[in-house]
Amino acid sequence: MLNFIKKYWQVLTRPATGISLGILTIGGFVAGVIFWGGFNTAMEVTNTEAFCTSCHEMRDNVYAELQTTIHFTNRSGVRATCPDCHVPHQWTRKIARKMQASKEVWGHLFGTIDTREKFQEHRLDLAIHEWTRLKANDSLECRNCHSDESMDITRQSVRAAESHERFLFTGEKTCIDCHKGIAHRLPDMTQVPGWQ
Amino acid sequence: MLRLPMAAGSLLAAALLIAASLSVLTAQVSADGIATLRGPAELTGQNEPPRMMPFVNNDIRATRNYPEQPPVIPHNTDGYIVDFNSNKCLSCHARSRTGDSQAPMVSITHFMDRDGQFLASVSPRRYFCNQCHVSQRDVKPLVGNDFVDIDTLLLNRAKK
Repeated sequence: MLNFIKKYWQVLTRPATGISLGILTIGGFVAGVIFWGGFNTAMEVTNTEAFCTSCHEMRDNVYAELQTTIHFTNRSGVRATCPDCHVPHQWTRKIARKMQASKEVWGHLFGTIDTREKFQEHRLDLAIHEWTRLKANDSLECRNCHSDESMDITRQSVRAAESHERFLFTGEKTCIDCHKGIAHRLPDMTQVPGWQ
Repeated sequence: MLRLPMAAGSLLAAALLIAASLSVLTAQVSADGIATLRGPAELTGQNEPPRMMPFVNNDIRATRNYPEQPPVIPHNTDGYIVDFNSNKCLSCHARSRTGDSQAPMVSITHFMDRDGQFLASVSPRRYFCNQCHVSQRDVKPLVGNDFVDIDTLLLNRAKK
């Protein structure tokens, strides 16, 4: 074993004798492109609804709840999938979130929420995580689709127009402050301030 | 027994708005000569169902027909969940939220327990809003209705 390591260490740390610098450089570059593309593709596969709902915890709980809401079916047919709301678009934030997602892998392997009862127990905590995240980034994921500059409040109902004008455009509140429960069922809201 | 004159007054608490547009459903006569709500189709057949009208969403409060009438909801409440965990209606209509929402507060009757004592928050007997309050769609009623509202009743009484 040690000899094996020694032998390959020697190969790695000595300069090339047979292969030209050009091949090494360009080959390295091409290999790097292939690696990066592959890495990104693999990461984007984990960024799809099909991947997220491959876990029964997600499919039977939150995905089932999503299917009755307006972000799943509506008159325009424009719908949101899991990553649209839960994964930031910007690359560095996305990578950070993906690193955090190792916690979810752990949870899946060790069955943190693998029954309905366990899920319900954790529901409030999970929801609070998401609300805190959205509050901190000013509902950035909502703004992936819903732009407040493009929002035509004259085409909304009276109370929607007034609320958006008073709170959204002034920056007093952010989307998630009022629109909790827009995509999944709410947890026990008695502990949540500002709801009732 | 005195018969009260038929009033063209508003309908019962459901208060369905009469659409100016064409109607399809009134009690129609089937092939056997029996009036049905299904329309004129055969028992084994099917009518063209009437088009679904959108919810009334104008936020204009309708006059109540009598003081205790639960007011109809003048806005769309599609997907509003009222369950053990949360009450979406109260997220705007609860006392503590009315400052932000400017929505009418649930009336004080909703805070009363069965002995008439006022509680600090909404009484469990009034928690499920949809048992009394509904949104409206802009459709013609399916059957005739000769409900008379309290104002007309009082007026008729005064006239006698």
